Amino acid sequence: MSSGILAIEDLKVRYSGLPVLQGISLHVDAGETVCVLGANGAGKSTLLRAIMGAQPAFAGRVLFDGREIQKHSTADIVRLGIVYVPEEKMLFSPITVEENLLLGAYVMDEEAQIRANLAFVYRLFPRLEERRRQAASTLSGGEQQMVAIGRGLMSNPKILMLDEPSLGLAPVLVDEVLDTVRKLKAEGMTILLVEQNVREALDLADRGYILQTGRIVGEGTGPALMASDQVKSAFLGL
Amino acid sequence: MEILASSIVAGLLFGMVLALVALGLTIIFGVMDIINFAHGEFLMYGMYTALLASQVLGVDPLLTLPLAALVGFLLGIACYKGFITYILRGPMIAQLLGTFGLMLLLRNIALLVFGSEDRAVHHGVLVDKSFEMGMGIIVPATKLAAAGLSVVAFVAVWLLMNRTRMGKALTATALNPQGARYMGISTEKMNALAWGIGGASVTVAGALIVNFWPVNPYVGLLFTMIAFTIVALGGFGSVPGAFFAALVVGLITEIPGFWDFLTYTLELDWMYDVPMTSFKYMWIYVAYFIIMVVRPRGLFGWKH
Ligand SMILES: Nc1ncnc2c1ncn2[C@@H]1O[C@H](COP(=O)(O)OP(=O)(O)OP(=O)(O)O)[C@@H](O)[C@H]1O
Ligand SMILES: [Mg+2]
Repeated sequence: MSSGILAIEDLKVRYSGLPVLQGISLHVDAGETVCVLGANGAGKSTLLRAIMGAQPAFAGRVLFDGREIQKHSTADIVRLGIVYVPEEKMLFSPITVEENLLLGAYVMDEEAQIRANLAFVYRLFPRLEERRRQAASTLSGGEQQMVAIGRGLMSNPKILMLDEPSLGLAPVLVDEVLDTVRKLKAEGMTILLVEQNVREALDLADRGYILQTGRIVGEGTGPALMASDQVKSAFLGL
Repeated sequence: MEILASSIVAGLLFGMVLALVALGLTIIFGVMDIINFAHGEFLMYGMYTALLASQVLGVDPLLTLPLAALVGFLLGIACYKGFITYILRGPMIAQLLGTFGLMLLLRNIALLVFGSEDRAVHHGVLVDKSFEMGMGIIVPATKLAAAGLSVVAFVAVWLLMNRTRMGKALTATALNPQGARYMGISTEKMNALAWGIGGASVTVAGALIVNFWPVNPYVGLLFTMIAFTIVALGGFGSVPGAFFAALVVGLITEIPGFWDFLTYTLELDWMYDVPMTSFKYMWIYVAYFIIMVVRPRGLFGWKH
């Protein structure tokens, strides 16, 4: 059996009877950065939502620290230490940047730790500190992505799951966001990254999986995947 | 001139009480997009709680406020856990008809338990006392105290929602329930909390109103309509909006007073013949209709 802080075994998800994930198995070890690559509609977001308990699993298991969590509520899963930064960001738009960040620490009890985390996020994204009193909706797309990631970091996650953090950003900003992911990796954070920027994602991740219409069709280290046929076929749709 | 000033003061004071009446309706709508047709019935139970508790315990009705709050909080949570949580799974129409059914249920339980006759508070430190506010304006002590305490309660709930961690989680759920769940905030808990706070604030309002308004099991409907008007005017889900809209609606209830003022000022014979006071509350329904046609989003927009 596969080990890892997060292990997924033969996970199947259906939307109104229609199979979308058709038996996914993968694992992420502590301290690892693992990326999941796949074309639009492959089921990447569905996979992360299923891990979060936001989409019921039809079959299969999700194990976190060896415990089955596929029946847990989303709120309980967050408390265990799994944090999801969704593709849609889901910021609380009329309230301020800082209030958004503090909501990310909702599951934290110690005020001192929350302050320390806020300081950490502001060091990572100095621009957010400048805009801390601004409504989240008034930020640019790139800044909103920083809030989304920063908010995810506020609860000291044991694993951070990022869903296409570079989506819709200008090329400079894509690099900036992925550099941030690299920094977090260097700090020892365990990361599950969903991306469509294949080259950059494989360059920064320790390992990767290729998802194609709900199945894993390839896995391996960055350079190995880069050279593989699966990457070409999954992204050229051949 | 005195009539005009008296009407304005009376309207604003009643408006402050109405703000507390409408607060729970706007909070529940804000958090879960449900219109609670049974809102006025909660208020009715607050009125009975204060009336009966003060009689049974032999204390002033004002001292029963914490008990009324507790009754409203528990009633709100019971309605949510025992009923609303099930109809949430159904279509929108089930939710509308569901809270309508809750209204009938709560009203008929009251009929069964309390009977249909009017009851009123006859004893209390404030009863039959009044304050001279200058300019010849005289205000009954019960109404003045109800207005003051309503503002205190309203501000307390507002602070709870804006200054505490729990309140911010409630706001987050109102803004984006899925996003809030990803922060570890349980929607189920927040919904129950919204019903608890909503129930407590409206029963406290009822416990204040019973000092100057007789209670019977049918009293809820008028207040449900008033609360709807306020929430529509202030913007569904908006707390500050509810406060200002309530003052406006309070003034609307004084339209007969303004009419009298105009009548005496203009001295037009036909104006004396209009029986304004007999359709005192019609203007609230008229206002509700106008708002829905002219500005369905309310003065402050939906949610914030
Ligand atoms: N709520 C839903 N109801 C029904 N079908 C859905 C739902 N969400 C996603 N799907 C379908 O499931 C499939 C996988 O969707 P998913 O969002 O997981 O893909 P993705 O890999 O994240 O794509 P993208 O790169 O565009 O974000 C798609 O065919 C999509 O149309
Ligand atoms: Mg996606």
